[in-house]
Amino acid sequence: MSPEPVTGAGVPAVEVRELHVSLDGTRILAGVDLTVAAGEWVTVIGPNGAGKSTLLRAVGGLLPAPGAITLFGTPSAALRRRDRARVVATVAQSPVVPPGMSVLDYVLLGRTPYIPPLGRESAADVAAVHEVLDRLDLTGFHRRELATLSGGERQRVFLARALAQGATLLLLDEPTSALDIGHQQEVLELVDQLRREHGLTVLATMHDLSLAGEYADRMVLIADGRVVASGTPHEVLTEHLLATHYRASVRVVPGAHGPLVVPVRPRP
Amino acid sequence: MTSTPPPSRPAGLRFGTRPAGSSGSAGLSSEARPAGLSPEPRPAGLRKRWLVAGVVAVLVALVAGVSLGPVSLPPGSVSAELLNLIPGVHLDSELSEREIAIVIELRLPRVVLGLLVGGLLALAGGCYQGVFRNPLADPYLLGVAAGAGLAVTAVIALGGVGRQGALTGLPVTIPLAAFAGSLLAVTMTYVLGAAGGRSRSPAMLILAGVAVSAFLSAGQTYLLQRHADSIQPVYSWLLGRLATAGWHDVLLVLPYAVLTTVVVLLHRRELDVLAVGDDEARSLGLHPQRSRYLLIAAASLGTAAAVSATGLIGFVGIIVPHTVRLLAGSSYRVILPLSLLFGAAFLALTDVVARTAAAPAEVPIGVVTALLGGPFFVLVLRTARRVLT
Repeated sequence: MSPEPVTGAGVPAVEVRELHVSLDGTRILAGVDLTVAAGEWVTVIGPNGAGKSTLLRAVGGLLPAPGAITLFGTPSAALRRRDRARVVATVAQSPVVPPGMSVLDYVLLGRTPYIPPLGRESAADVAAVHEVLDRLDLTGFHRRELATLSGGERQRVFLARALAQGATLLLLDEPTSALDIGHQQEVLELVDQLRREHGLTVLATMHDLSLAGEYADRMVLIADGRVVASGTPHEVLTEHLLATHYRASVRVVPGAHGPLVVPVRPRP
Repeated sequence: MTSTPPPSRPAGLRFGTRPAGSSGSAGLSSEARPAGLSPEPRPAGLRKRWLVAGVVAVLVALVAGVSLGPVSLPPGSVSAELLNLIPGVHLDSELSEREIAIVIELRLPRVVLGLLVGGLLALAGGCYQGVFRNPLADPYLLGVAAGAGLAVTAVIALGGVGRQGALTGLPVTIPLAAFAGSLLAVTMTYVLGAAGGRSRSPAMLILAGVAVSAFLSAGQTYLLQRHADSIQPVYSWLLGRLATAGWHDVLLVLPYAVLTTVVVLLHRRELDVLAVGDDEARSLGLHPQRSRYLLIAAASLGTAAAVSATGLIGFVGIIVPHTVRLLAGSSYRVILPLSLLFGAAFLALTDVVARTAAAPAEVPIGVVTALLGGPFFVLVLRTARRVLT
C-alpha cells in the first residue's frame, strides 16, 4: 500500500550524529549519537529530564535538527514533510483525544500523508485502515468514540493510527506509561509481532527498566543530554550504571530475556 | 502497512483472535468482517440528508424572508417570482408590478445579504473553533468583529463618509479597512493569549479576546467622540444595516464571501487533523502553523466582509456551529459546510423576526441574535467546562 522507503541493505534506519538541541535557552541534548539498524528495537532510557522525548521528537522531525539526523540513508532535513511522514510514525506519550471523534476517523488521520492536500481519503485509504483495525483486534470499535475507550484500547488505537501511516520506523514515547501491567505486556507484544511481521524498526523511550530490557534488542542510556551507555540490555542495565545515573538503589537479577531491575531500599 | 505479509509469521505469537494469515491480504476488510456489523462503517463526512436539510433550510428562509413584511405576499407567488430569476423560466406569479418591485428591489437583496452574512459568520466561527481548538472561539469573542468595527468607524469618521446623512451604499474602502482591522485584532488576541507561555489555554485566548475587544471598542468610542458628526452614520451601521441593504451591498460582499468560503471549505479535512494537536499534524506531514495562519486570515476576511456590510451581529458564530456539532457530528467536514448553510438560514429567519416582532418598528437584528445567543453561550460554557479547565 505504501511505497517502500529506501531501505538499502545495511543502511541504518536512524543515524543521529552530534545532535544538539536547546529549547528556550536550556540545553536539552548535547551531542547525542545514535544508530538504529533496520528491523531493530532500540529503547532509550534515562532519568526524568534527560532528554529522551526530545531525542524522539528530533528523530520524528518535530524539532529542527539540521544535518544531525539521517533516516534510511536520507538526511531528514532533505525529506518533504509528507515523505517523512510515510517513513516515520510517532506515538506521543499522551496524544490529544479529540472529543467526539470515532476510532475509524482517528485512525484514518494516519492516512494523511497519502491524501492529496485539500483532498479526501480514497477507498484504498479506508480499506487500509480497516485492515489495520482488524489486525489490532479493533474490528468492533470503528464507531466507538475514542474518548470512551479504556486506556489499553486507546493505546491500541494510537498504535493503529501510526501503523495506518505505513511507516517502517515507529517512534514510541512511553507507550505503556498509562497502562496496567497486563496491558503493558499486551501492547509491547503487539508491537513486537508487528515489527516481525512487517519488518518495522522500533525506537522507544520507557521508564520501566525491566520491561524495557525484556523487549529491546539494544538500549541507550542518556543522562544530562548525553549518551552515557549503550548496548544490549545486559550491558546497560547494571547496578553500577543505574546507581550512577538514576541515583537509584537497585538489584539486577537475571530474567527470561533481559535482566530484571528490582528497586531495593538503600541501607543506611 | 505493507500489502503482502511476510511468509514467515511466528504462529505462536498471534495476538488477535482471527486466524493467522487472514490479516494481510489487500482489500479483505469488507469481506472479512462479520455480517452482523454491516453496513460498512464509513468515515465521517457530510451525509446527504444533512446537506439536503441545509439547502431546504436556506430555501425556506429565502421564501419566508421575501414573503413576510409590512406587505405580506403569498409564498407561492414569491417562489414563482424567484424562479423567474432563473434564465428561461417564465411563471405567472400573479403579483402586481409594484409587488414585484418590492420582491426584487427591496426584500430580495436584504434577504440575500442576510443569508451571506449569516453563512459567513457561522463559517468563520466554526473555522476559528477548529483553528484554536477552542469551543468558545467566535468572531466576536476573539475581538475580530471589534477590530473590523473600529476600522470601519475610522473610515467613516476620518474619511467623512456618509456625513451628509445616513450611510447608503457601502464605499469599496470599507470592507478592506474592516479586513485590516480584523487581522490586527486577531493578531493581538493571538499574541496576548499566548503570552501566558507554552500552555496556551483556551480560556486565556478568550480572555485575551475580551481585553482586545474592550481596547478596540474604547478606540472606537474615542473616535466617535472626536467626530461627533459621524455618530449618526456609524450607529446606523453598527446596529445592523440589513434594513437598508441593496444589491450594491450584496455585490460588494459577494467576492469576499466566495473567497472565504472556498479557502475554509477546502481545508475542512486539515482542521480535523489539527484537532489532534500540532505535533501530530506535523508528524502526519502537515504544516499546522501555515494552515492556521491561512485559515485565520480567511475567517477574518469573512468576518470583516460581514461586519462591514451589516454592522455588529453577534453570537451567530457560536450558536450555529455548536448546534450543527450536536446534531450532525463533530468532524469539521460536517461542521463547516453545514454551518454555512444553517448560518445563512438562521440569520435570514432571525431578520424576519427582527422586522415583524415589533412591527411596524424594527428591532435591530444584533439585538435579536444577542438575546438568543446569551443563554446559548451559557449552555456551551457548561458543556465546554472540561475543555476550559
